[in-house]
Amino acid sequence: MTRELVVAQLYPRDMNIYGDNGNVLAVLRRAEKHGLSVRKITVNPGDKMPTDVDIVIGGGGQDSGQTRVHEDLLAKQAQLRDLAESGTPMLMICGLYQLFGHWFRTHTGEEMAGISVLDVTTSAEEKRLIGNIVTDSGLFGEIIGYENHSGQTFLGEKSTPLGRVLVGEGNNAKDDTEGARSHNVIGTYLHGSLLPKNPAITDFLISTAATRRFGEFESAVIDDALVERARESAKRRPR
Amino acid sequence: MRDFFTVLIGKTVRALAKLRGGGSAFPGLVIEKVDPGFLARALDRLPLGVVVVSGTNGKTTTSKIVVELLESTGLRVFTNSTGSNFSRGVIAALLQRVNLKGETDADIAVLELDEAHAMYFIAQVKPKYTLLLNVLRDQLDRFGEIDTTAKFLSNIAMATTDTLVVNREDPLVRAIGEKVLAEHSSVRVKQFGLSENLLKMFPSDAELHGSDGSPLGSRPSAGDADVILTEVGLQSATFEVAGAPYTTDLKLEGVYNTFNAAAALVLVRQVCGSEVETPALIDALSYVKPAFGRGERIELDGLPLELVLVKNPAGFRLALESFEPEGFATMIAINDNSADGRDISWLWDVSFESLATFGVDTVTGIRAWDMALRLEHDGVAFRAVIEPLDTALNEFRAHSQGLPRRIYCTYTAMLELRKLIAKQTKVENVW
Repeated sequence: MTRELVVAQLYPRDMNIYGDNGNVLAVLRRAEKHGLSVRKITVNPGDKMPTDVDIVIGGGGQDSGQTRVHEDLLAKQAQLRDLAESGTPMLMICGLYQLFGHWFRTHTGEEMAGISVLDVTTSAEEKRLIGNIVTDSGLFGEIIGYENHSGQTFLGEKSTPLGRVLVGEGNNAKDDTEGARSHNVIGTYLHGSLLPKNPAITDFLISTAATRRFGEFESAVIDDALVERARESAKRRPR
Repeated sequence: MRDFFTVLIGKTVRALAKLRGGGSAFPGLVIEKVDPGFLARALDRLPLGVVVVSGTNGKTTTSKIVVELLESTGLRVFTNSTGSNFSRGVIAALLQRVNLKGETDADIAVLELDEAHAMYFIAQVKPKYTLLLNVLRDQLDRFGEIDTTAKFLSNIAMATTDTLVVNREDPLVRAIGEKVLAEHSSVRVKQFGLSENLLKMFPSDAELHGSDGSPLGSRPSAGDADVILTEVGLQSATFEVAGAPYTTDLKLEGVYNTFNAAAALVLVRQVCGSEVETPALIDALSYVKPAFGRGERIELDGLPLELVLVKNPAGFRLALESFEPEGFATMIAINDNSADGRDISWLWDVSFESLATFGVDTVTGIRAWDMALRLEHDGVAFRAVIEPLDTALNEFRAHSQGLPRRIYCTYTAMLELRKLIAKQTKVENVW
């Protein structure tokens, strides 16, 4: 009997704008290669948040999408914070990265409360930060993707940056940080999609989840030649 | 007198630009600078006014259908058919058509306009008729957000003086129609639509991204559409026009081109009114060929080669549903130049599982390896990944002897492939 991980995809209906489905698909395929199966649960506004969940993944959206999920996210705040503090691995891209922080100030000056899983705050700015991006994360090596956001995010003391920007803008136009980490939660602006081309992060989510669930994780040897070629060609592209 | 000098300058620049093989829109750029009012003055003279076609997908094909249907009724039509859908492209096309007094022989203009550049256009020229096709995530890295694109289309709609035609099945576009209806009682709003059984083949942008692909609730009752596409066959279709069904053969291929034909029929019916009989329009429609690169068929090695332009997830998904992979050799060419959009995340919003049974021969383009990685995630086998388009085309050709071929390609990949193919076979030159 194959061991099964449960992956919850947060708000795929409203927060999905830049190929975020690719992240869930990448976890699914990668887990299979490690000999694990994956059950996907989608959580849209109004749906119950599953309590027994191994990985939580959420995507980016437009302002209108953020507004639609906001109330529901606040209703799930306590549960998501419990999951995060108990070590559940999570990946939040762009719009949900922002709402996993303390607050998000919109273009109109409205302040949207976040759920404070990550120690970050975000303000919408006039200039969008758009283009190919490469960061150095240490733990996950170079992270390669594409950013497109008008929100500029600043980190507090309790979160560490996911990476330092080598090419591109990252969290904001001022410092060289990109993304944020607290517990096993990763927030980032990168899509591309992120996980297919950055399997070190996928492996982190899967190994953390499997170790928590089964007490052990045996990594398979995976041929990443195709991924390497895609990473190389992406890195050669202009901003 | 003003027109005389403007046209003279424009035509001279055009002749010079042609000599050095320069861009087709360049004379337009010059005229925009020396006589910003030229465009409005020239278009204002047209007795039947200006038709604007906009939306993310299908502008070129739809404009082509509209033009040919109008011409079939005997009208003389001015259009920017070279696909240069910015104001300067329109001016450049006008310069070819006007005499030195700035007059054209046309009765009506049909202009395909890029959503963002249409803002500049409507500041000078108010369209009499506007046709809005859809709002899909296409060039998000240019406009930022899909809501911005919808706002652009809404502005075009609000500037329209006579008739607005909207896609009933696209929630954002339909909402624009409702807004115009509420705020501009003098403007007629007409819809084109799909029957229930075809709706699932045309997911809206939101539906495309609904959880597990399920639609965002059921379609709200959207009122009657003037033309409804009810059936799509292999190069045939049935349209319900004002309640009566018409079945016809088509040279157009694919469900999305056929839906564009429904849009064009609504518009042309509005322009021509009761003077034109529906059977005559349907008959004219049966002769319309696909636009340049939009499901275009070229002959290579005595067999058809189809170039299918893909530029966003909805378009790619519909293309995959439109064309049967069995019996064809398939190549996919993905570039990420700025005209294609630099962000290729959208490939992850397309399901490629329909290609799994017969596989893909060659994956090519600047982002070939990203595309190959995408195929791998959907369990689709591919024979070779070759980044340079020229090498890839040669190897694809060598490995697919005796088979008809199909190439799915992004915009700049299509332009280059077309040039390469033209060296080996006859390709109609539209430039």
